[in-house]
Amino acid sequence: MGQPLDIPLEHLLRELTPQVLGTVARRFRDFAAAEDAVQEALLAAATQWPDHGLPDNPRAWLTQVAFRRMTDQIRSESARRRREGEMALEASRAPQATPTINAAAVEDDTLVLLFMCCHPALSLSSAIALTLRAVGGLTTAEIARAFLVPDATMAQRISRAKQSIKDSGIPFELPTKGERVQRLRAVLHVLYLIFNEGYTSSAGPHLQRVELSREAIRLTRSLQNLLSDDAEVAGLLALMLLTDARRFARSSNDGDLIPLPQQDRALWDRHQITEGVALISATLPKGSVGPYQLQAAIAAVHDEAARAEDTDWTQILALYDLLKRISDNPMVELNRAIAAAMVHGPMKGLQLVDALKADARVADHHRWHAVRAHLLEMAGDREGAIKHFRAAAGKTGSLPERDYLLMQAARHLH
Amino acid sequence: MKYILMMNATKTDFDLYARCSKEDLQRNVAFMRGFSKELKDSGVFVATEGLAWPNEARIVRAGKDGEPITDGVFAESKEFLAGYWIIDVENPDQAYKIAARASAAPGPGGIPGSMPIEVRQVLTGFTDLGI
Repeated sequence: MGQPLDIPLEHLLRELTPQVLGTVARRFRDFAAAEDAVQEALLAAATQWPDHGLPDNPRAWLTQVAFRRMTDQIRSESARRRREGEMALEASRAPQATPTINAAAVEDDTLVLLFMCCHPALSLSSAIALTLRAVGGLTTAEIARAFLVPDATMAQRISRAKQSIKDSGIPFELPTKGERVQRLRAVLHVLYLIFNEGYTSSAGPHLQRVELSREAIRLTRSLQNLLSDDAEVAGLLALMLLTDARRFARSSNDGDLIPLPQQDRALWDRHQITEGVALISATLPKGSVGPYQLQAAIAAVHDEAARAEDTDWTQILALYDLLKRISDNPMVELNRAIAAAMVHGPMKGLQLVDALKADARVADHHRWHAVRAHLLEMAGDREGAIKHFRAAAGKTGSLPERDYLLMQAARHLH
Repeated sequence: MKYILMMNATKTDFDLYARCSKEDLQRNVAFMRGFSKELKDSGVFVATEGLAWPNEARIVRAGKDGEPITDGVFAESKEFLAGYWIIDVENPDQAYKIAARASAAPGPGGIPGSMPIEVRQVLTGFTDLGI
């Protein structure tokens, strides 16, 4: 003990959380109990370290405290069982000595934790909450605040997630080779949703939710360090960086939504753009191209244009063509329609949008109406644009977006 | 004591709002943001939410088998909740005053409106009846 706290304690604790939890969960083979013990150890650190200084080996300190909690718990449980006249077989699980930590095992454990928290057996909302707590090291109260739900609701979501893990008997180990691609896809999806949750709701009155996007970037970055050969992990990290770089330009001080062409590009985060562009440029040539990489590449083309009119739409359209080939997502086709309109004129775009009308997943969706309105506006059909901007406004689930769409309709009234 | 202020509107009202001029929309949006900020600044704010428009609104009842039976689309004259504020104030008069401020949100041409605001007390948990 005795070192001063020269980096923010919170950052250090979050960094150490998955490492410590991995060690404890592996040793005791009880993820749910280990998770509680680690949260208690984190709490102890947060109260003791600021007064007593940083321990020489913070990770070992946390691991030891968590081990002690686990041991205490097992002892009291087996005492209870003895009282109840049961065999205390489980007591033999309690380790006696100080934990030893192997650096390579710690890396593996962080991966195992991510795979576990994002297991397809969990509901997405449970997986998100559990990932933020067990891997991200956030407290239940912090997660609840980020999602604007009561603490008790979030606590319940987390405890149900842990119960599902227990019930489904998922072992604490890396998925088999055969399962791995599928399981990694689930992990990336959860990280993507955490990012999006922070990104789509960080305007106006909910500005504090920015933290969720930061946390998603941090977790994806650590995953990328562990799986530096995986192109889609790199693609997702690049996509997040390149999208998040525009954060301060995409809404006004009043919370009004500002679409890409009207954004003040001087407000874009150059540092993040440079990192994202470098990452995606290094990743794409590796070969196994996936949807996150392509979306990152599209974001990079936008971010590299000094002015909106400098955007290389031909390249964006080519990337959307590729994306359409590997993903059956009608939202991709809507974006492709905009790119096609920018390259070949609005009629081409409208043709693609109209062809989607038969697709129940997107027909009558607010984005279908919004894109159609935008393209009709480009084609000079004011009446049609007004009609579809209003239809989109009536269907969107976002308040700033509704205000924006109504304003667009109103612009054509004069 | 807590009150909920409910802003109700008919489908016709929603349609009229969608047809407002740009200036009218801007004034209304600015008013609503300013109003919430005012409530926060004066220490009475508890919560506020705006609701999606009633295009997709459904009334749901359980059928015999417990499965949902949905009812929609509704007549133009039916009133829908558009949004609400929950405030924590000293007395009902204070709640009425605040509701009147919301009611006077600017309408077409910036002229203060008189939108109906339903004011209802929010029930508390246990209290001591003293009997």
